[in-house]
Amino acid sequence: MEAKVLQKHLLELIRRTSAELPSDVVESVDRGWRREKKDSTGKYALKVIRDNIVMAKDKSQPLCQDTGTIICYADLPAWCDERTFRKAYEWAVVKATKVGYLRQNSVDSITGVNSGTNLGPGNPGYHFHPAQGKSLKVRMMLKGGGSENMSVQYALPHNGLGAGRDLEGVRRVLLDAVLQAQGKGCGPGILGVCIGGDRGTGYAAAKEELFRLLTDENEDPRLRKLEKRIMKEANGLEIGPMGFGGKTTILGAKIGHRNRVPASFFVTVAYMCWAFRRNGFVLSEGGRISRWLYDS
Amino acid sequence: MLLEAPFTEEKIRALKVGDQVEITGLVFTGRDAFHKYLHDGGKPPVDLKNSIVYHCGPVVVKEGGKWVVKAAGPTTSIREEPYQGPLMEQYGIRAVIGKGGMGPKTLEYCRKVGGVYFHAIGGAAQVLAERVVAVEGVHLAEKFGAPEAVWEFRVDRFPVVVTMDSHGGSLHEKVLAESEANFRKLVD
Ligand code: SF4
Repeated sequence: MEAKVLQKHLLELIRRTSAELPSDVVESVDRGWRREKKDSTGKYALKVIRDNIVMAKDKSQPLCQDTGTIICYADLPAWCDERTFRKAYEWAVVKATKVGYLRQNSVDSITGVNSGTNLGPGNPGYHFHPAQGKSLKVRMMLKGGGSENMSVQYALPHNGLGAGRDLEGVRRVLLDAVLQAQGKGCGPGILGVCIGGDRGTGYAAAKEELFRLLTDENEDPRLRKLEKRIMKEANGLEIGPMGFGGKTTILGAKIGHRNRVPASFFVTVAYMCWAFRRNGFVLSEGGRISRWLYDS
Repeated sequence: MLLEAPFTEEKIRALKVGDQVEITGLVFTGRDAFHKYLHDGGKPPVDLKNSIVYHCGPVVVKEGGKWVVKAAGPTTSIREEPYQGPLMEQYGIRAVIGKGGMGPKTLEYCRKVGGVYFHAIGGAAQVLAERVVAVEGVHLAEKFGAPEAVWEFRVDRFPVVVTMDSHGGSLHEKVLAESEANFRKLVD
């Protein structure tokens, strides 16, 4: 496959991710809108959000001006090595920034200077894994800064919250994370959660949970139960869309786990905003996309 | 309800927390650099009497010799908490648009001077950009850069919610208190 073909597909992936929300998110926003009381401020916020979703897709423009941090996972088959992928990926990011699918979002942490291209130390981010089969699978997420500021990591036990090292303790800190975020992370939010791991792997795994469909069910019955309970209870806090009050505080809670060392018990929450932008594709060696991972 | 320029004290005092308002008239963008500049004694480039200041770092491009707004969502307001109230009093700024709400100091000044805080819908860049019907000027762009500059936006039915009013009401305080009470019920 020519490098140009991969470049073109990656650019289209960025465009889609930035301008079009997957249908699981759109449907969930719609459900929230229907649930909110007539004439309430929460319903009003969701109405504007729904209009915005439609308009961004029609105009092929970013849903939100903060196009966030670019997170990318690629499962590489034998025909695509890391260098080839990285070159095409960086080309696509620079191009997407030029044409406005992405905002200039990469700032030197020492000097404060914006690179203007979205390239720089650590940008754009990527994770590579070897592919199982012959296809190249790419997953991408754009995570906004306002929501990332609401992400949080707890070390259990947590005395103030009465949270011990068990699923009840996890429940308590998750509800606290939602309470602390209020509307500041542009809710309704989505929680990606990792129980365990270390401080670094905890955040990575929590974010990866966000690739799950809002409609899926956790394979682990204990976590399935916890996810359902968190959904119900977090929405019962009545923080509502944008923190205006109402029933739609979160759209999902996706909980995974990693083993930990005996001394540590971290619970990590990646807080995502309603502009829950993620997509991906599966690409054959012939350069054809066999499927998009999320329909929009 | 519709709020049309001029933004007089009387009109602003009539607003209450929870009101869904559509603003029509001129608003000025201003964020960190602008607030700091005024606070340090800089001269306002526009007349701020009875004005609305919008916490926004827009994406504006020139198309065919005209400024066109590509994205115009709100940015987090709380960073201006130290400056906002005193600037409202000093220059007659009547209202602020932003996201996330502001603190007790700004709330107190809203009461004192007859001001409100309007919450725009965070992230709704496209809807909000469409309600900016004209760009009538830009100031301090060389000094602060485009996103931090003071843009004069002519808006038409710009959708916001009053979350802090001139009677001491704050939706943010109310929702926080209620959600804390709900939280306690779940964990105690
Ligand atoms: S938190 Fe999300 S919706 Fe809000 S401004 Fe940031 S990216 Fe946009």
